[in-house]
Amino acid sequence: MATRPMPREERRPRSFYALAAFFALFVVFLYGPVVTILALSFQGPSGGLTFPMNGVSLYWFERLWGGGGTVDIGSAFRRSLALGLTVMVLTVVISVLAGLAFRKRFHGASALFYIAVASLIVPSIVVSLGIALEFRILDEILRPYLSALGLVSERGNSLGLFTSGLGAHLSWTLPFGLLIMFAVFNRLDKSYEEAARDLGATNWQSFRHVVLPMIAPFLIGIALFGFTLSFDEIARSSQAMGATNTLPLELAALTTTVTTPEIYALGTSVTAVSFTVIFGTLAAFLSLQRRRRRRAKG
Amino acid sequence: MTRSAITHGTGAPETSGAAAISPKARKRRKARASWTPAWVAYLQAAPMALVFLLFFVLPLAATFVVSFWNYTEYSIVPAFVTTNYSDVFYGCAASLPSLCTTFATYLSTLKFVAIVWVATLLIGFAVAYFLCFHVRTLPMQIALFMVCTIPFWTSNVIRMISWIPLLGRNGLVNETLQSVGLIDAPLEWLLYSDFAVALALIHLYTLFMVVPIFNSMMRIDKALVEAAYDAGASGWQTLTNVVIPLVKPGIVIGSIFVVTIVTGDYLTIGIMGGQQIASVGKIIQTQINFLQFPIAAANAIVLLAVVLLTIWGMLRLVDIRKEL
Repeated sequence: MATRPMPREERRPRSFYALAAFFALFVVFLYGPVVTILALSFQGPSGGLTFPMNGVSLYWFERLWGGGGTVDIGSAFRRSLALGLTVMVLTVVISVLAGLAFRKRFHGASALFYIAVASLIVPSIVVSLGIALEFRILDEILRPYLSALGLVSERGNSLGLFTSGLGAHLSWTLPFGLLIMFAVFNRLDKSYEEAARDLGATNWQSFRHVVLPMIAPFLIGIALFGFTLSFDEIARSSQAMGATNTLPLELAALTTTVTTPEIYALGTSVTAVSFTVIFGTLAAFLSLQRRRRRRAKG
Repeated sequence: MTRSAITHGTGAPETSGAAAISPKARKRRKARASWTPAWVAYLQAAPMALVFLLFFVLPLAATFVVSFWNYTEYSIVPAFVTTNYSDVFYGCAASLPSLCTTFATYLSTLKFVAIVWVATLLIGFAVAYFLCFHVRTLPMQIALFMVCTIPFWTSNVIRMISWIPLLGRNGLVNETLQSVGLIDAPLEWLLYSDFAVALALIHLYTLFMVVPIFNSMMRIDKALVEAAYDAGASGWQTLTNVVIPLVKPGIVIGSIFVVTIVTGDYLTIGIMGGQQIASVGKIIQTQINFLQFPIAAANAIVLLAVVLLTIWGMLRLVDIRKEL
């Protein structure tokens, strides 16, 4: 940017102010609605779903988390958190492994890539239904044998949070992870590894001490995608969770039944978790980058 | 992006030294660029391949198979019947020119697709253009880009319900308009309506347009734009003759995302439409709730076909592999 000494650049053109105003409006459009429910979740006990605020209180939060209200949200919250963390770890590990594989040549590389992109594009309701059907069919076929071996009970189905649910979420997070890995490895200078090689490093050593530190900040990015996409996922979860419900599924069901600011309190709580994760991740990313730069200098 | 990304990933990156080596020698070097045995790559790709096999490929296959099965009130029966598909299109040929349920539903969805596509394209392009050409420093660009991206990492359902206090009957918009005296009675079409659905979809998915367009724009050599100005082009001419052709791949990728998401959406249409507006996803969900899996599967396959045809048509407009 510094290499643009054009005289035209010195004064902002009129289009700059128009577009800057447009951008500001866009940001208001993005954040405005969320701000209103953040405010309304602190509504007083006699307050309703809309403005004006009838006093300020934590009443709806107490009702929500005290369990005295209309919703038992604690267990769904814990389920979503556990699933989100599992998906996060698996997304990072599987994406890095696949990213390393794609740096070499292997048969089926293009097929795997296209399937990953397709998994991103195919409507989630179709995938969700498909997973439910697949598990039903597998149950029908395998359960008699497995129960004969005493591994599972004779009745019931295998749809669940950490079976079909986990898979459904991974089919959604892994394409993002893989695309990020492509972007990372395409920019990675291979000469560092070659240098490590020449100095006698083994495969593992060159990965652990050369490649991993270089890609670490971006792995944090993949972790962010993995957790938040899973924590908020709903369309793919809808048929794939079996008898259990995740937090977003509960939330979607509540939109039609709850008519108190309790739902805003829930919205604020979930958003608080999301923001904690997002800003925690960004802070970790920045501090890693800074440490790297300091080391490079020193 | 697709093929080039893969082939690029397989070999060593082009270094200035490699240019001096003869192609044959370079090929030999490329082959040696990886020190690990070949089977390691398969082992490394295996977990991802397994996940997609178990939770994407096989589910789609299961859906396809079940769409030809029969069903009774309480169970599904392996068979080979095409009645599910004829049920999906029941009355579609007979009742023309009036529309059968399936066609009417797809037409309703198509309307949302068109509105949301145009809106997200215009907004996304303007936002990306501002970030790319008017914001001058890289840290500022990244910061503003993050401002656009953060909502993407928060809950979609919450982003939907956050419109309720604004658009409701006694919501902020109605209250404000009434107090200013523009309207006498609250507007009923603001919430649980086509308008609310379109607004929420635009709100949720503009980012899918911003990111690919911004990505394409950042690759444009700024000298090209300067050259256009120096050659006497107006701002508008530069935009239509230089910038837009160069960001076409980004526009197509963003369009594919937005169009496929809106086509398959049922949650936004359900929640923001007050469960009153039809969508294909909602039909599928209702049939699943009644355990009519085969016809739900047939509907899913039709939806999948519609989405794939749309993508195929959009890729015809621009050869992404050539342009990237």
